[in-house]
Amino acid sequence: MERKIRVIVAKPGLDGHDRGAKVIARALRDAGMEVIYTGLRQTPEQIVQAAIQEDADVIALSILSGAHNHLFPRVVDLLKEKGADDILVFGGGVIPEEDIPFLKSKGIAEVFGPGTPTSVTVDFIKTHLKRE
Amino acid sequence: MSESEKLEKALQDWNAKVEKSIAKYPERKAAFVTGSNSPVRRIYTPIDVGNKDKLETVGLPGEFPYTRGVQSTMYRGRLWTMRQYAGFGNAEESNARYKFLLAQGQTGLSIAFDLPTQIGYDSDHPLAAGEVGKVGVAIDSLEDMETLFGGIPLDKVSTSMTINAPASVLLAMYIAVAEKQGVPAGKLDGTIQNDILKEYVARGTYIFPPTPSMRLITDIFSYCSKEVPSWNTISISGYHIREAGATAVQEVAFTLADGIAYVDAAIKAGLDVDEFAPRLSFFFNAHNDLFEEAAKFRAARRVWAHIMKERFGAKNPKSLMLRFHTQTAGSTLTAQQPENNVVRVTIQALAAVLGGTQSLHTNSRDEALALPTEASVRIALRTQQILAYESGVAETPDPLAGSYYVETLTDSIEEGVLAYIKRIDDLGGAVKAIEQGYIQQEIQDSAYAWQMDVEKNERVVVGLNKFQVKEGPPKGLLRVDPAVGENQVAKLRALRARRDNAAVTAALEALKVAAMGSDNLMPYILTAVKTYATLGEVCDVLRGVFGEYRPSVMF
Repeated sequence: MERKIRVIVAKPGLDGHDRGAKVIARALRDAGMEVIYTGLRQTPEQIVQAAIQEDADVIALSILSGAHNHLFPRVVDLLKEKGADDILVFGGGVIPEEDIPFLKSKGIAEVFGPGTPTSVTVDFIKTHLKRE
Repeated sequence: MSESEKLEKALQDWNAKVEKSIAKYPERKAAFVTGSNSPVRRIYTPIDVGNKDKLETVGLPGEFPYTRGVQSTMYRGRLWTMRQYAGFGNAEESNARYKFLLAQGQTGLSIAFDLPTQIGYDSDHPLAAGEVGKVGVAIDSLEDMETLFGGIPLDKVSTSMTINAPASVLLAMYIAVAEKQGVPAGKLDGTIQNDILKEYVARGTYIFPPTPSMRLITDIFSYCSKEVPSWNTISISGYHIREAGATAVQEVAFTLADGIAYVDAAIKAGLDVDEFAPRLSFFFNAHNDLFEEAAKFRAARRVWAHIMKERFGAKNPKSLMLRFHTQTAGSTLTAQQPENNVVRVTIQALAAVLGGTQSLHTNSRDEALALPTEASVRIALRTQQILAYESGVAETPDPLAGSYYVETLTDSIEEGVLAYIKRIDDLGGAVKAIEQGYIQQEIQDSAYAWQMDVEKNERVVVGLNKFQVKEGPPKGLLRVDPAVGENQVAKLRALRARRDNAAVTAALEALKVAAMGSDNLMPYILTAVKTYATLGEVCDVLRGVFGEYRPSVMF
């Protein structure tokens, strides 16, 4: 049987707005993926540890606090340190468009803004998976 | 034939005629629903509202069960308080924004704190990195609070503070600042949100587990009833529950269920219901479905009045009145064509006013993208002023009363709310229902259903899934100065070096002992903040005694 795509949906930072994260988690699950949602207030260290432990293919980061420039790159850096940079990392939330080039230069594959249909996220994962 | 028989007959004939014409020219949709997915019928008539004693259910403004409003003359006496939620960066910048808002005709302050403050971390805590000053103002100590209210006389404004887990600490700081201005606590007017249950359910800035959290809350009720009698000691909030995806009925039901839990806790702590209940206040959301939202507020007032009277035996009329603040719905704003949000906010604000709100925050057009700019906030405030001074809707109380549709909606929301409250009672009350994840699951199901409706185009969101345009990146958004964090940390370290650290240690030790016992904690916290003990230090003492809340995660 084909292995399901494994996704960690994570909330880095301190904000408690996880409506989006939970909707995405459910939509990815309904699309046939295996999804783990970390809950709120996760440090980059905790997120990366969870991803490695769970043998995740994808990390989906959700943040609405404005701390994305600080926290997103840290997740990618830690993955590199652990030799796990074949995990696809992307993010979403209230993130100003002018921050997106910086985040992409740091290894965040994509940033989805408010109003993005969940189907777009599902397709993105399927077409950008780094692992075979 | 009697009047009602004549009407029944006329309605039958009308229906037969309409059915025939619909067979040829169908209606736009097979089924019509409200913004919260409740069915909307083709027509509403006196038959829908006929069988009830209207004096008992609808009544008169300022009279039980307060369906028509808590004051007898409503906005003819005084308009609602226009209160824009604001705060970002450091205390100086936020102080400037408050002065700007007051100069624009705003009538009350509403303080947004940054996330480290809301979770009880000082700005130099490792988890605060990148978060300082981002979604609100950073407050580490009484020193910051003095700056925040510099030049703003606290006996002249009412101040609402969105602070929950560490509400006692921020209230203590506010009392201390007032004292320094020469304003006694008895003259202070304002609100602390202080609603931990909805933090567990929907907003996420919890610190301590439920039991000690409820103690902190009832300590505040008790302390304020004696020392700060005009203070609204809690703002029991449906706003965030709705933002998390709940329907209108769920918003009211879960909020009132939380309210019941707080009243139960206070009575259990030995307080008399009429001693604290007049200072309970509420906070609701206003969405786009104008009539459903207006009906929601009317239903909420009626249900709460009955609960307080019949369930808790309250005697003071003020204990029965559901007074509330409203904020327009952030979750309905679109990042696409953000100018359209001005129109959404207008409809939502109108719903709040038609529903009899006591105060109102109108969101700014750019809030799906960033914190609002000054220009955007001004339009949002002007929206309220146009409603107040130009639209005519404030000239008579509850102008929608008697509308067959609105009265039917009010009744059906009440019915839905009572059914949920019954279910929550059966689970052992709101705290138990939250611990079991019941309330969270209900909200998540509604949120997911909404998202799927939008994605299947069963719900139109203008500019998002219909009437889209190609647009460039938004311009002129507010950015918080990235140096805020470093500056705040430097200021905090200087304070720690300068203050009387022996006094700080003694005050924190006394607080710790009190927390392990059963004394009211407010006086100890007040003493501590006056020594310039920081918010993080006070909360660390309480974390040490109370432990921290660990949520169960699900989706």
